[in-house]
Formats: sequence, structure tokens, C-alpha cells
Amino acid sequence: MSGPAKMVGGLEAAIGLDRPFAMDAQIACAPGELMGLIGPSGSGKTTLLRALAGLVRPPRGRISVGARVWQDAEARTFLPPQARRVGLVFQDFALFPHLTARETVALAIDPEAYAGRSAQLQHAERWLTRVNLQGLGDRKPDALSGGQRQRVAVARALARDPDVLLLDEPFSAVDQMTRERLKRELASLRASLDIPIILVTHDLDEASALCDRLTLLHRGHVLQSGAADDMLSRPASTTAARLLGHTNIFPATVAQPSTPDQAGRIAWRDTTLEVADTGPFNAGERVAWVLPADQIVMHRRERPSLGERENPITGAVSEMARLGAETAVTLRLDDETGALNFRIATHAARRNGVEPGVDVTVSLLADGIHLVPERASEADAI
Amino acid sequence: MPADATLTSLWLAGLTALVLIPVGVAAGRALAMNDFPGKGVVETLVLLPLILPPTVLGYYLLVALAPANPIGQAIAALFGGSLAFTFEGILIASLIANLPFAIQPIQRSFEAIPENVREAAWVSGLSRLQTLWRIELPLAWPGIVTAAALVIAHTLGEFGVILMVGGNIPGETQTLSIAIYDRLQAFQEREAATISIILLVASLAALAVVHATTGRRKTRGRGA
Repeated sequence: MSGPAKMVGGLEAAIGLDRPFAMDAQIACAPGELMGLIGPSGSGKTTLLRALAGLVRPPRGRISVGARVWQDAEARTFLPPQARRVGLVFQDFALFPHLTARETVALAIDPEAYAGRSAQLQHAERWLTRVNLQGLGDRKPDALSGGQRQRVAVARALARDPDVLLLDEPFSAVDQMTRERLKRELASLRASLDIPIILVTHDLDEASALCDRLTLLHRGHVLQSGAADDMLSRPASTTAARLLGHTNIFPATVAQPSTPDQAGRIAWRDTTLEVADTGPFNAGERVAWVLPADQIVMHRRERPSLGERENPITGAVSEMARLGAETAVTLRLDDETGALNFRIATHAARRNGVEPGVDVTVSLLADGIHLVPERASEADAI
Repeated sequence: MPADATLTSLWLAGLTALVLIPVGVAAGRALAMNDFPGKGVVETLVLLPLILPPTVLGYYLLVALAPANPIGQAIAALFGGSLAFTFEGILIASLIANLPFAIQPIQRSFEAIPENVREAAWVSGLSRLQTLWRIELPLAWPGIVTAAALVIAHTLGEFGVILMVGGNIPGETQTLSIAIYDRLQAFQEREAATISIILLVASLAALAVVHATTGRRKTRGRGA
């Protein structure tokens, strides 16, 4: 926003910790990229972020931004947070209770870039405008709403002209409506930032909506990293699939690998399923197949339709949970296999007479079926 | 109106607060922000003057100040004589008796500062000293004011330790509270009543200051 565009490099970090829990994680984030750090509670997301900010000092690892080295454990290099040029938005914002919004933002401005208090306060006002807080500069935190506090925290983080922006669950402390607005604001704000941005969240929808790339952290280790859309539909392992919210995960055997022109087949229970892409697996190999809930289509009960030929499966409805416009349906298959979970429109459920105990036939879309190794990988077992 | 005793009390209270508040900030902050082995012992020792009978504290101070032991000798060498029954002697007594009043409120106020507020200051580029000056001290301010008010009020009212260590020497160690006792013994009830009123008003004023600062903090700190 001020001065010539600076040359910022990508963030690269390898972090190793033994306490308070074991961590061995490598992450990378390119300039201008918004990378989502996801994973269940206790997976180490916040700790990783704190290590990047210099608030914890990992005994092993290296953190660099472009040519600048923030930490190199081997060379005993460790820059304190003050020397890192990092913007960090804390989960509960950590505003200064005794300072106004303008004073708070001004405090983070580099005194070498803006000498003098009045220049700093002026520049702070520009940042407040940028995060839609014009006119609220004189307010202290207790006179601001949750969303306004979050914006002050974002302005404070950016006013430092950081080389990396870190956001620790920045939407968790505000109400739903404010959250949606803040997400839109972040999406438009990031377009003007040419620095690596890392967003920690445990909300997969939030992560896939906002982020370019995702890194899935589990027990201090990176399970998978990749483009956001890709990763959610194509988990790398059964553990990753579970952590990414998949519930339809079943063991099977590859019957016939797919070719570029022809779908493959897998043997599952007493039937075979058509699979558009069987990936790297060979005939006879044990695999697990994963199917997102939205890749299961229910057939109309009275009037069979064309799509029924695609992997039809019949089972009894064991559970139904109405979630507003959608209803979650659980289809019991048999004791050994477990159950299929999918969602249908609530009105469709009503019209079709879908209720617990009723037999229903669904199609498993061949395009959506994704194969992963049957056994948990070594990384999963850690 | 005993001018000498008033002056002695004011000097004693002012000097005690002046010396103890910086000590309270350093010790209170250290106790609030660090965990170390023996912290419980230190905290107990800090509280000890609060519950120890003042005469017991006074007795041990007299023993310590006596020229017969190393501490007394060191002090005698430093000040050119024994400190028992001198203003300096009651100042030392007052400093020790007031330690809990200086440290406790300040420690509590530093403890109330969330760790991530300090971290946010560091990440914003503030050095540790700048963080202390611009973030921690303003936030701990109500505790510091409370400590100062309590120390001053308590010093004005201190009786047992002062009498033990300083005796009752007008113009040197006779404070207002001792003057009340002194006047009553001499059947000068009017003067005793006057001094009592002065101390009552001073105590109320101290409480008012404490109430005003901590009360304001409550509304200011909410939800931050």
C-alpha cells in the first residue's frame, strides 16, 4: 500500500519439536499464496504458527522467507519475533485493552518507515480505512464488536508491513453472519497482498473456500499437502480421508485397472463397482475406496431412472437427520461393511417416502470414487 | 496538632512508598510471569509480615540491627551507628512490614495481563522494554496505584513495629499512631481525638483511591 512493491520470497519451514508434543513438519507457502493449515484439535497447527512467528523456539528446523533466514537450528540462528517482520492475527485477537484502535495499529508501524507520532497515527488511519473501520479509530477494544476487533487485529498485523501473514483461526471468535462478511473481506484483501499468507483453521469448508492450497497436519506431521479442491476429493490415505471429513471409506480389491479410455472395476462385498480412475493400483491389489457424500445419488423409489446402472447399491435406511434444506441419510449395508452416508434434499426425502427402515437404492458415481492404499501409511501410524 | 509527628509520619509513608513501589513492580512482575522452584516459598515469605505479630517482627529487627551481629555491624559501618531508635531504623522496619502490600496487588495486576497480549506486542515489533513501558505498565497501573495507597495508609497506621524498633522519640520516631497512644497515656484526649480523625480521613482517602482505580479498570478491561 505504500512505497514500491517489495520483493518478498516464499516461506519455507521445517520444524522439529519434542515438547510439549512431537512435531516434524515441513511446509511451504509462495508469495501471494493463501495456504490453509488444517487438522484436528491438538494436531499442532497453532504451535507451528507460533514457531513461524518466533514465539516458540523449536530445537530443530529451519525457517526462511526468500533469502532471509529466520531460524536455522544448526547454525544457531534464531531471530526473535521483533526481528521477523511477521504479521500474526491471534485467535482471540489479543488487542491492547488500554489503547484505541488507531493507537494499536500505529504501535505496529515501523518507526523507520514513518518517523514521528503524527505520521504513524495518520498511516494507522489509512490501515483502519482499508479494513473498513473508518471513524472507529478512537474506540478501545471494549467498545468494538467482535468483527471490528478482528479487523483491528488484521490492521495491526498488516501495518507492520510484514513479509508473512499468519492468521490463527481468525473467524472463530465471531458470530456466523460476521464470519461470512469477514471471509469476503479477507478474500478481497489478500488479492492486494503479495506475501505468503497462512490461515489456520479446523473448518474444512472455510479452508476450501478461502485457500489456494491446504496442508493437513496430524499429530505434528504433515499428512498431505495440495491444491484445496483436489485434496478434499482425493485424500492420500484412509487417515487423511477421515480427517478431511469422509465417512464412506471401505476396503476393496482392484479387479481391473482403468485405462485412459475405459473405466476400471473394483471388487467390493459381493459385487463390483465401476471406478473412472483406479490410480496407480494394479489388479488384485487391496485398496480402500473413498466416496464424498455428494457423489451418491438416490434413485426415485417408484420410478427407476437411467442412472441406476451406475454402481447401484441397495440398503435399509437406518438413520436420518434433517439439517435444514438437506437431510443426512445413513444406509445400513451389512454388519461387516458398515454404512453409507449421503445427503439428499429434505423435500426429496419427504416426496420419496424415505424414512428409517425403508429400503433405498443409490448410485455410487464412478467419477467420484477415489482409491487409496488399504493400509495406513507410516505417516498415519505416527 | 502534633506537627512533628505528622511530619515524621508523612516522611515515613512517602519514603516507604517511593522505595517499595519499584521493588513491588520488579518483584510482582517476576512472580507473576515466571514459574520457578521455590516460588511458593518466596510468596509465603512475602506474605509473612502480613500475619506475623508486629511485635515479633519488631523484635527480630531489633536483634538484626543490634551491633552484636554481622548485619548490625554492617549497618553501623554504613550509617555510622546503630539504627535502633532512629528514623532510618523505623524506615527499614516499615519497608519490611509493607512488603506484602507493595508486592501483592502489583503481582495480581501483572498476572491479569494475558500472555498473548505481550506476545502481540513483540510480534508488532516492540522490544521487551517497550512492551513493559507501553503495554504492561499501563495495564498494571491500577495495581500499582492500589499498592501505593495501601502502603501509605498502612505506614500511617503502623504501630507495633515502629514502637519496638523506634521507640517514642518526638521529632525522630514518634509517628501519628504512636502519638495517639502517647497523648492518651498523658490524658490529652482532645489531641488523641484530633490525630485519630486525621488518620481516619487518610485511610478513607486511600481506600477511595483504590476503589476509583480498580473500579475503572473493571469497565475498561472487559472483553478485551
